[in-house]
Formats: sequence, C-alpha cells, structure tokens
Amino acid sequence: MEHFSWFTLLGLDKYDYILGSILVLILLALAGFKIRSALSRDDSVLPDEKFSIKTIFEILTIDFLFDLLTNVLGSRENAKRYFPLLAGSFFFIMFANLLGIVPGFLPPTGNFNTPVACSIVIFVMYNYYGFKENGLSYLKHFAGPVIFLAPLMFIIELVSHFVRPVSLSLRLFMNISGDHLVLGVFTNLVHYVVPAIFVGLGIFVSLLQAFIFTILSTIYITLATAHDTAIE
Amino acid sequence: MYKAISLLSIFGVAVLTALVPDIAMAAEGGSGDLTKLGLAIGAGIGIGIAAGIAGYGQGIATAAALTGIARNPSASSKILTPMIIGLALIESLVIYALLIAFLLQGKI
Repeated sequence: MEHFSWFTLLGLDKYDYILGSILVLILLALAGFKIRSALSRDDSVLPDEKFSIKTIFEILTIDFLFDLLTNVLGSRENAKRYFPLLAGSFFFIMFANLLGIVPGFLPPTGNFNTPVACSIVIFVMYNYYGFKENGLSYLKHFAGPVIFLAPLMFIIELVSHFVRPVSLSLRLFMNISGDHLVLGVFTNLVHYVVPAIFVGLGIFVSLLQAFIFTILSTIYITLATAHDTAIE
Repeated sequence: MYKAISLLSIFGVAVLTALVPDIAMAAEGGSGDLTKLGLAIGAGIGIGIAAGIAGYGQGIATAAALTGIARNPSASSKILTPMIIGLALIESLVIYALLIAFLLQGKI
C-alpha cells in the first residue's frame, strides 16, 4: 500500500530506510552532547527537577540497563566492559523502532537489512569476546559434555550458533514490519478511532523488541565468556 | 594468535553473508489453479496452527508466572522479567511461521 514519508518532499523516496537510520544516529548524537554538557556542571550528581533528556537517559541506563546487565553478566566489571555495545544496540534499536510510530516516517528496522546488520555485529562480537576471554578453549563449548560425543555435538552446536543471528534479525524485522502492516490494514478498514489502539500496540512492540534483542545478546555473551568450572 | 582467530571468524561470516543470496534464489514454478489452491490453503492453515499452539504455550507461561506472583507478591518484578522474555521467545516462533505464510502468499 502507498506510504507517504517526509523524505518524498525531498525526492529521496527510495532511500527512506538509510535516511531514517542517519536521522536516528543524529538524534542520539545530539542527545549525547546535551547530556555531556549537563553532566560537566558542578551539581551534576543531583537529578534535575524538571523532566529532561538527562532524566530519561538516566532512568534507562542506570536504573534499568545497568542493573539488568549486572544480574545477567554476573559482576559490575563485566557489565562496565560490555556496556557500550549492548546499551548502544538497545538505544539504536529502540529509537529506530519508535521512529516508525511518528507519522510520516518509516522505521529503519522495517527493512530486512538493518536488523541483519545489528545481529551480524552481535554475532561477530560475542565470538570475539569468547576467544578473548577463554582463548582456544572457547572451542570446547562446541564439544558438549562428553568427549566421544564430540563430532555429533560439534555439528549440532554449530547449527545452533549460526541460527542465532538469523533468529535475532528475523524476530526484529518481522515484528516491526508486520506491526506496521497491521496498522495499515486496520486504518484502511476503520478510518477514524480504532487505529489508535494499534499505535499503542506499536509503541509496546517497539520497546519490547529492543529489550529482547539486548537481553538475548547479553545471554549470548554470558554463555560465550563463561569460564568452565568443574561441573562433575 | 587471538587476532588471527578473530580475523578468521570475521572473514568466515563475511563469506557466508555473501553466499546467502545465491543460495536463496529459487526456481520459478508453474501457476495453475491447483497450485494456487495449494499455496493459499498452506499459508492459511500454517499460520493458524502456529498461532493456536503458541497461544496455548503462552497461556501456560503466564499461568506459571501468575502462580509465582500470587505466592510471593514482593518478587513480582523479578518474575515479570523472565516471563516477558519467555513470551517474546514463543512469539518469535509464530513470526517465523508468519514469514513462511507471507512467502507462500506472495507466490499466488
């Protein structure tokens, strides 16, 4: 079905998704600069009285994400080490999904390429962290519990590892684009009041899918960097 | 040595990503009436069964979470987070079936 976006006014209709990604990155960079200038004043430990960008990001990062990462990763040093990658993916995917709720924009994660890019980055990085933490004994994760089941377990584990980026990207892409499609179909059906419910569902699904992506990436990093203690 | 292994894994992922579009190109089939009937029935029944069984599974997950909250209301937020993760993982299986239904419906 036809979709109007503000980029058609500039004539750049085909590059909706790329321009949407660039817009999300510019907004995140602007928020980062504003928060940094607010943090470098003297009384920056106290929260602001009014509702500001610094307050939103403080709630999302310190109260929500940092405690979550500490619980899953096990310790605060680990949470601080992996925090840039995971919080960056959370904020980018959350703002990219929410951009589709704003009338006149298409969500960048509604094209197949953006979630595939995010999940390939996570896949490469969790393998890299596994090798950096454990050395070559990271490959013992693929061998399973008993040594003579190793050839069979190796193939099963390899398939399960390669399905992970596929499932991450498919879940994110289909949730956001399917939700946009459902909103379009219902707006065609009943023009006036009922689509507001689906806009609410769209907001909920956007936040939830960003959270699920981050939690699953954290779990994959935890599994990859786990030091094998004796389980006998 | 770790740099070599990490470079090798990055290279392997890049090769796989380049080869996936080649493997995913399928041959075109005929489009008689019987083929269209089969595609339409397959798409409808597939997504129907997937949504039905996923609804049952999510009901079991929510019921277990509600029992846990009823026994211990102060642990409510600790129970809520794994419940949300479980529901999203079950729902992602329905999303895979929806993708197949879209692919089938696009060939009609």
